[in-house]
Amino acid sequence: MLIELQGLRKRYNLGQPNEAEVLHGIDLRVQRGEFLALMGPSGSGKSTLLNILGLLERMTEGDYRLLGDSVRGLPDAELTLRRRGTLGFVFQFHHLLPAFTALENVTLPALMHAGRVSAPAEAKARELLDAVGLATALHKRPSELSGGMQQRVAIARALVMDPPLVLADEPTGNLDTASSDDVFALLRRIHAERGTAFIVVTHDPRLAARCDRLVELVDGRVARDEAVAQAMPEAPPR
Amino acid sequence: MRRYWPGFEWQVAWRFLREGRMQTLLIIVGVAAGVAVVAYISALIEGLQANTLAKTLGAQAHISLRAPEDLVAPAARLEAGTAVLSDTQPRAQRLRSVANWQALLPVLQATPGVAAVSPMVSGSGLALRGEAALAIALLGVELERYDRIVNLRSKVVAGRASLQPGEAIIGRELAADLGLRVGDRLTLRTGLVSDAARVTALVDLGVKGLNRRTVIVPLRAAQNLQGLPGGATHLDLTVTDVWAAQALADSLRRQHPLRVESWQESNAQLVSALNAQSVSTTIIRAVVLVVVVLGIASVLVVSVVQKGREIGILRAMGATRGQMQRIFLLQGAVVGALGSLLGIALAVALVWAFTTFVRGLDGLPLFAITVPVPTALRVALIATLCGVLAAVAPARRAAAMDPAQAIRM
Repeated sequence: MLIELQGLRKRYNLGQPNEAEVLHGIDLRVQRGEFLALMGPSGSGKSTLLNILGLLERMTEGDYRLLGDSVRGLPDAELTLRRRGTLGFVFQFHHLLPAFTALENVTLPALMHAGRVSAPAEAKARELLDAVGLATALHKRPSELSGGMQQRVAIARALVMDPPLVLADEPTGNLDTASSDDVFALLRRIHAERGTAFIVVTHDPRLAARCDRLVELVDGRVARDEAVAQAMPEAPPR
Repeated sequence: MRRYWPGFEWQVAWRFLREGRMQTLLIIVGVAAGVAVVAYISALIEGLQANTLAKTLGAQAHISLRAPEDLVAPAARLEAGTAVLSDTQPRAQRLRSVANWQALLPVLQATPGVAAVSPMVSGSGLALRGEAALAIALLGVELERYDRIVNLRSKVVAGRASLQPGEAIIGRELAADLGLRVGDRLTLRTGLVSDAARVTALVDLGVKGLNRRTVIVPLRAAQNLQGLPGGATHLDLTVTDVWAAQALADSLRRQHPLRVESWQESNAQLVSALNAQSVSTTIIRAVVLVVVVLGIASVLVVSVVQKGREIGILRAMGATRGQMQRIFLLQGAVVGALGSLLGIALAVALVWAFTTFVRGLDGLPLFAITVPVPTALRVALIATLCGVLAAVAPARRAAAMDPAQAIRM
């Protein structure tokens, strides 16, 4: 089991007059290699749930087991190391560090881990950038790349440490339809080739329909959790 | 355990600095200006003080030993429980010799910290030439020993220093007042006797008042003129460390029943002025460094806010709080170090400008100043540490950032 949530609650402003609960007892289990879409209207708690799953925020109540270990109450340093080793992130905006080239952005996790980029780590980064179709843009800065290309770099970066799970927060939300389809097809291909699990937050039902499983949050509760029939054909691999 | 090389922190710190190019450049120039002021003021004050000390101590001993004062001994010891009203008139101080100075000389010479010892007979008299008669300070010395005290040979402006029997070295202004040139003769008179001497050299002792009244003759001649056969009124000492003179004087005072005076005691006002100058300089330097620290800190605080998203992304990717802290501490150190290098170069340029363009009334440079390498290194090290210190608060702020919030910024 990759993820196991039991009775997860999240409250903000604890003890204050404006205390508010945004997640009301979420139960969720995610297997290794799943491709899951997380949907819901604005304010439904998707981003909060994704942040908790990504060990960026702490839950208020309940239990969260990641790869079988409870992460509740772990110190910040331990959460950071687990984040580094287990999770990859793809964000909607501000994906990359603007001062680093595409290749450097992808090797950042390796640099962060070892203090230097080893030859195998660089080779792997090149291979990933090649796989996402950016073999010719290795030394370009993010400002020289299109939105779709930047998101591809972010995907390569999320995969460079071989995490079993990638969390993607509206990865196509900032892209036009064509780029959006390309990026989503890329995620599916990586999932198929590498077996990496994906949890993708999206507002787009068209993209959600291309996932294996759909979890819908409404007002901080799981309103729907079901398998999705592949309604649309895969875009051809690039 | 594997040694951790902070390559990640270096890379990110350096890229962050390069990314905010104008901001980085401005703060480096700011640090450089501060470092230049500190280094220049340090060099200027060190040069000024060294010059003042050299001029002051160039014409006097570091420590001077004299015979104790003549005191009036009470006629009878008072009995216990009695009180007496008395008015004792102090005795006039006659010229006296330091008792047994010949035996004392090698003892002083062997004292640790003493560089040279010179006996002297010092008294007053008249210098006569033709109709002119001028009051003088008559110094009797052994030239070789006295030269080691005040470096007399370096002060010769005409003739060649020599003090054979019947010879004298006199101040430049006195020579002018008496119309004397090297080789001329003059008559020296004290209350008791007269003697004639031939001028071998004119000297500039650095102070016109001294030049106007100083006549230096052989020790034996002065002994005869002052009526102190075989005597020496002073034993002059130079020490290896001028600032240790006071401690050595205190020690000698405890060991010998003599009047001992250090150069600090005989120049109390100068020492106070030098101390006040040093304190003022230290205050200025401290204020400048505080401004430097605040400048770097303010830029880095802004940088933490500007880089909020990047900090969030790095934290999400697994950068630890420690790594985030080190990224900003390194930025502070780099700004401090680069600012120091530029600042030292600026200080050297300022010193060059000072020595090249600022001249005294005589058209010569006022005094020599340099930026010594140890001073430069010290200032650079302090500025770099200030950079790190300035980065502490921003670094802590960066490390404390909530990654989830930072990403949403």
